Amino acid sequence: MLLDLDPEVVATARRLAARAAEPVVAIAKAHTTVSVERATLRLAGITGADSTHRAGDVPWVNRVVDTVREHCGLEHGAALPVFHALRQHDLGTLTELAEACAAGQVRFTVPEGRDRARAEKAARAAVARGLRTVDRNRAQREKLVARWGDPPQRPWIYLIVATGDIDEDVVQARNAARAGADVIAVIRSTGQSLLDYVPEGATHHGFAGTYATQENFRIMRAALDEVSKEVGRYVRLTNYASGLCMPEIAVLAGLQRLDMMLNDSMYGILFRDINPIRTFVDQRFSRQVHARAGIIINTGEDNYLTTADAVQAAHTVTVSQLLNEHFAHEAGLPDHLLGLGHAFEIDPKVPESFRLELAHALLARELFPDAPLKWMPPTKHMTGNVFDGYLLDGFFNLAGVLTGQSILLVGMMTEAVVTPFLSDRDLALANVRYVLGAAGGLREDFRPAPDGFIVKRAHQVLGEAVDLLGRIVDDGLLNAIADGTFGLMKRPADGGKGAEGVVEKAAGYCNPASELLEVPA
Amino acid sequence: MKRHVRPYGDTTGDGMVQTSFTLPVPFGPKADGAARQLANRMGIDPAMVVHSHAIGEEFTFFVVYGPVRHVVDLEQVRVVEREYPLLSPAEVNAAVRKLLRRKLVVVGACIGTDAHTVGIDAILNIKGFAGEKGLEYYRELKVVNLGAQVPVPELVRRARAEKADAVLVSQVVTQRDAHLLNTREMAAAFREAMGARRPLLIAGGPRFDPLAAGELGVDRVFGRGTTPGEVASYLVHAVRSRKEVAA
Repeated sequence: MLLDLDPEVVATARRLAARAAEPVVAIAKAHTTVSVERATLRLAGITGADSTHRAGDVPWVNRVVDTVREHCGLEHGAALPVFHALRQHDLGTLTELAEACAAGQVRFTVPEGRDRARAEKAARAAVARGLRTVDRNRAQREKLVARWGDPPQRPWIYLIVATGDIDEDVVQARNAARAGADVIAVIRSTGQSLLDYVPEGATHHGFAGTYATQENFRIMRAALDEVSKEVGRYVRLTNYASGLCMPEIAVLAGLQRLDMMLNDSMYGILFRDINPIRTFVDQRFSRQVHARAGIIINTGEDNYLTTADAVQAAHTVTVSQLLNEHFAHEAGLPDHLLGLGHAFEIDPKVPESFRLELAHALLARELFPDAPLKWMPPTKHMTGNVFDGYLLDGFFNLAGVLTGQSILLVGMMTEAVVTPFLSDRDLALANVRYVLGAAGGLREDFRPAPDGFIVKRAHQVLGEAVDLLGRIVDDGLLNAIADGTFGLMKRPADGGKGAEGVVEKAAGYCNPASELLEVPA
Repeated sequence: MKRHVRPYGDTTGDGMVQTSFTLPVPFGPKADGAARQLANRMGIDPAMVVHSHAIGEEFTFFVVYGPVRHVVDLEQVRVVEREYPLLSPAEVNAAVRKLLRRKLVVVGACIGTDAHTVGIDAILNIKGFAGEKGLEYYRELKVVNLGAQVPVPELVRRARAEKADAVLVSQVVTQRDAHLLNTREMAAAFREAMGARRPLLIAGGPRFDPLAAGELGVDRVFGRGTTPGEVASYLVHAVRSRKEVAA
């Protein structure tokens, strides 16, 4: 350990994070959301959409959950009324039930007594089938990784594609993998996080990104399997379990063998103005799904630094990492699936900015030694001067190598100028390759002076993080969020989008997915 | 400054430029020749392909140096002068503090049946657009985002209740000119309800013509590609102009 962090201080930080999270976990356990219920029904086997609706395709899960809510509320969960209705109407599949429901032929009620027991059993069996698919996918990933191998080096090289058209994405992703990418992320269409439904089918018209749909997931994973075989290493696929449909997207990722998902405990609240309670409930469920599916989550601490100052707010990143870690552990995610995020966002004009970056990056590395940390490139200080940008990205890569980061998102010199050209990606990868080739082992020789600038700075940030955690414990996390502690955004607990989709659970609430996921796999 | 100028490499008038591009041609002598031809047609002559390398099997990347034969006539340079300067968030905040001595209130919505909040969210959400933070990020702006499918009377009511300085509406759907009809309806409703004391009215969307503001009865129309910074800078400019008229 290079920073010689005081184990007492580290333990205090973790204890405070756990205490700060405790009331929020209790709230998450006491509520459900429309999206959690829809995710449960997706696990139980509902697929497809109602294409006859005049507003456009409405996924069947939305039709069913909305109707259940209208008829008997969601406080008992959707599973009981749905599986009770299935039996009452003697329907073969949930899709038939959805169609009947859309035609107004179904009246949902909460069953009692033996009816309840029967509905519960049927729901549990259906959800268990969905989870078996998730389990099979996890086993399949392990098999393919064993066959084709992991990337030969750390950090893994993470590249983004975002054309809006899944077919074009496939072309770009294949090329990126051949050029050395170990992880491909498909950016979502702008605004998908605020849709309260998951679009259906293969899509070709996104805005600055491609819609996350089950079919798009399937297409891209299949393409990457082909190219993995060709390049002789398992190329991982990433998407976004965030926004109003986070739990459903997590389920779809599990069903289609995605490998990493962006999944931050507070991002939606802070940067998308999604209701805090909605987010924490959806978060917990989606993390349970990711734990089951063996999916590495990527948290979004980098975003704080794009709004707040990266030096002054460095400790808020540490605080958020500690909170994300606690929420993840609580939901069953082990350290090796915990891609905590951080970023190289200090203004290059600040004196000793690179040493400050090293201090912050090393602090994250030493606080979370077993987590696959995700290291995010500069965006805020990319000016359009692509020559400066290329140099800055080189220093970013060097910091990543020197501090042992695990997943390196490749920076583009054309950040904030254009969507990357083919050549931008190629040059960016050349930059990474150069640094890895020239200094891949430099970490061995890197020993910051015991009382030097880097060590002192890391201690200072950790100290500030502990102070802030103390204040959050006193204030309550929800109040801290409401007061603008993170990323300068003020988000009151009763505000934000999707609040109407939160339901307090009744005493007889039943959700077989939650029950099955609560038990360690 | 002379009237006629050429690019400057290391000697006055040498015309030297450098450029880089990719062609969908496999790496090799033919690719380099193709790059030279393109550079010649761009006016670079003689073109030196100082570097080329393959990107995959089908593409080649080039770096080209050489003198351009074109000459710039500075008297023929026409630039569109924006009537207001582009301000940084800090400058916007400072200007609002000075002008109003309180926060500037912005109410935003998608009106009518339009459920596409992409545009209004890109401008208002802190996440922002094109590398710029949204208006929520500005300390001196109070942003109230009413979201999608807001009826016009509700928008007027909320704008009044919030004492809005500006109302931003976003319209993406253009079927049967819905965006134009909705915007006119909104402008008329504000005129009727508040007269000259109405807030600044701003419409935005990919299919709007920025020159149509007067015809639509709004103060400003923003088209495709507008960034939050432009909107914020405009707000400062418009509030300042209004105060000057009132004074």
